[in-house]
Amino acid sequence: MTDLLVALLAGTVAAATPLIFAALGELVTEKSGVLNLGVEGMMLMGAIGAFAAATTSGSLPLGVVCGALAGVATAALFALLTLTLLTNQVATGLALTIFGTGLSAFVGQGYVSRTLTGLQPIAVPGLSRLPLLGPILFEQNALVYLSLLVFGAIYWLLYRTKAGLILRAVGESPESAHAVGYRVIRIRYLATLFGGALSGVAGAYLAVAYTPMWVEQLTAGRGWIALALVVFATWRPERVLAGAYLFGGVTILQFHAQALGLAVPSQLLSTLPYLATIVVLVVISRDVQKIRVNAPASLGKPFHPGD
Amino acid sequence: MRLRLTSRPEPSRAMLVTSPLLAAALTLGAGFLLFLALGQRPGAALHTFFVVPVSSRTGVAELLLKAAPLILIAQGLAIGFRANVWNIGAEGQLVLGAIAAGALAIRFDGTTSLWLLPAMVAAGILGGMAWAAIPAYLRTRFHASEILVTLMLTYVATLTLSYLVHGPMRDPQGLNFPQSILFGESALFPTVLAGTRLNVAVLFPVLVTAAAWVFVAKTFAGYQMLVGGLAPLAARYAGFKESRTVWVALLISGGAAGLAGVGEVAGPLGQLLPTVSPGYGFAAIIVAFVGRLHPVGIVVAGLLMSLLYLGGEAAQIALQVPYAVTSLFQGVLLFCLLGSDLFVFYRVRIGRRLPAGSRA
Repeated sequence: MTDLLVALLAGTVAAATPLIFAALGELVTEKSGVLNLGVEGMMLMGAIGAFAAATTSGSLPLGVVCGALAGVATAALFALLTLTLLTNQVATGLALTIFGTGLSAFVGQGYVSRTLTGLQPIAVPGLSRLPLLGPILFEQNALVYLSLLVFGAIYWLLYRTKAGLILRAVGESPESAHAVGYRVIRIRYLATLFGGALSGVAGAYLAVAYTPMWVEQLTAGRGWIALALVVFATWRPERVLAGAYLFGGVTILQFHAQALGLAVPSQLLSTLPYLATIVVLVVISRDVQKIRVNAPASLGKPFHPGD
Repeated sequence: MRLRLTSRPEPSRAMLVTSPLLAAALTLGAGFLLFLALGQRPGAALHTFFVVPVSSRTGVAELLLKAAPLILIAQGLAIGFRANVWNIGAEGQLVLGAIAAGALAIRFDGTTSLWLLPAMVAAGILGGMAWAAIPAYLRTRFHASEILVTLMLTYVATLTLSYLVHGPMRDPQGLNFPQSILFGESALFPTVLAGTRLNVAVLFPVLVTAAAWVFVAKTFAGYQMLVGGLAPLAARYAGFKESRTVWVALLISGGAAGLAGVGEVAGPLGQLLPTVSPGYGFAAIIVAFVGRLHPVGIVVAGLLMSLLYLGGEAAQIALQVPYAVTSLFQGVLLFCLLGSDLFVFYRVRIGRRLPAGSRA
């Protein structure tokens, strides 16, 4: 029983990691007032970027870096359109996902049957010996540890630094931030590109650590689940972390369903994460006041300093 | 060097028509560069992609066959988009329409009744509507984002279809392939053009386009929804109900998508398969935007998008270019269109310095 529990929870942590990266990235982007619905597209670009680089060079770290860069490049396209050319953020985000899906499939054509030895777990000396917690948390691969570092860094940045204060000010009231002299568009660019980088890493994690392989639409809707997580977390990083582990748990449950004695067809079990997303979204959204107070006030609205 | 933008007092009518053409030209330019990068002769490749597919009778029939679901779905989506209701899960509603119609075709296999096909059409529309009713209820009752709910339900719908064709709806004599029986003649739309796959379902988008035009231009409900999208506060002040807008938008678009699903399974496919649509539900989002959310524009955009599908197939066969080039073109087209919209709403000048008193 303990073995099953450890396997379940260690699997949960592994399944939650891409959601943590993508949702934290989107959180920072949204904090600046930009709603980027293209997370799925950026993740796919990150995934194929990482897989292509890793299989070609043989270096997994280089793959992850290339994944992040692919995410940044995809996000740059979104930023150029929405922030410089002032296009509708919802429509452009959808377009980014369609574009990312197509381009990743196009680039990835030659990589479909390639194999890759994925990122190996690293046991943290000492800590991995802890009962239960050791094998669950401290025998994971480097990207899992990185996701926790990124969480700490973002929390610190948002709530303990002046840069975080400025970022939040830009998202709450771009007019005021502009009036006191902050470069709203530049800050939004940076926040969007940062979100792209983390989405890229999320995709890279799937391609070089979790799966590790490349197929079309490898991300299977995780980008959209990450978007829902940000709402679920009412734009708080610590709740993103908790939400991601909850979803990781739901995802992993389907793989262990048979061991738990559940005789449900695999396709129907696979709908669980999506149904869970809807349930959670409903539960959190029913309190309108809570969403209104917590959402960045200018979320999704274009800002043009000349007006 | 910087872009200098000044808001136009009202959108430029000339640019409203010009910008889709500009976007199409930019997409062609991107295609030219892409084929060049792939080591093809760009002129010949573009000819293969955009001209060859429609230079035969069969080609034109295929163009209409693929444009039909795109136009059908996009007309429904545009009604919602105009009112700021974002149904992006038409793909899932299409799948539900296909399942509902397919269930009837399988249950009443062998019948010669003329009622089977109309019943399948009704079941498909209702199936799509029912699937879209879920996000409508969750949005109006619990304020849950319809963007995320419609999309999540798309994954649920495709997985459910996969379960059905692997299990309860699988052809018992089908050697365990994940597919249903082939539908009987009374469950298939009759062909209208001999020697091609074009069937009477091609009339649906024509009827729906006319209905959409009447709804938008002539009815009070259409007007209320337009106001709700452009000026939500004014709409609320005038007593227009937001929840009604959400319901109407989602039920219409869901029904249209469900009907498109019937058109696929009772048309070119003739059976239930794990995949009943090559992403029509998502491509229709692009069609709606490229068509400027206008009933007539959507028809033009639907034909263009259909050509992209055919071009992708032709390029795959003749040039060994991956089929994914189609969705690549789709994304680029939408980007170019959204970018060209700048000229509709702003005057653009390129200048070195910003006007006094503003900073970027």
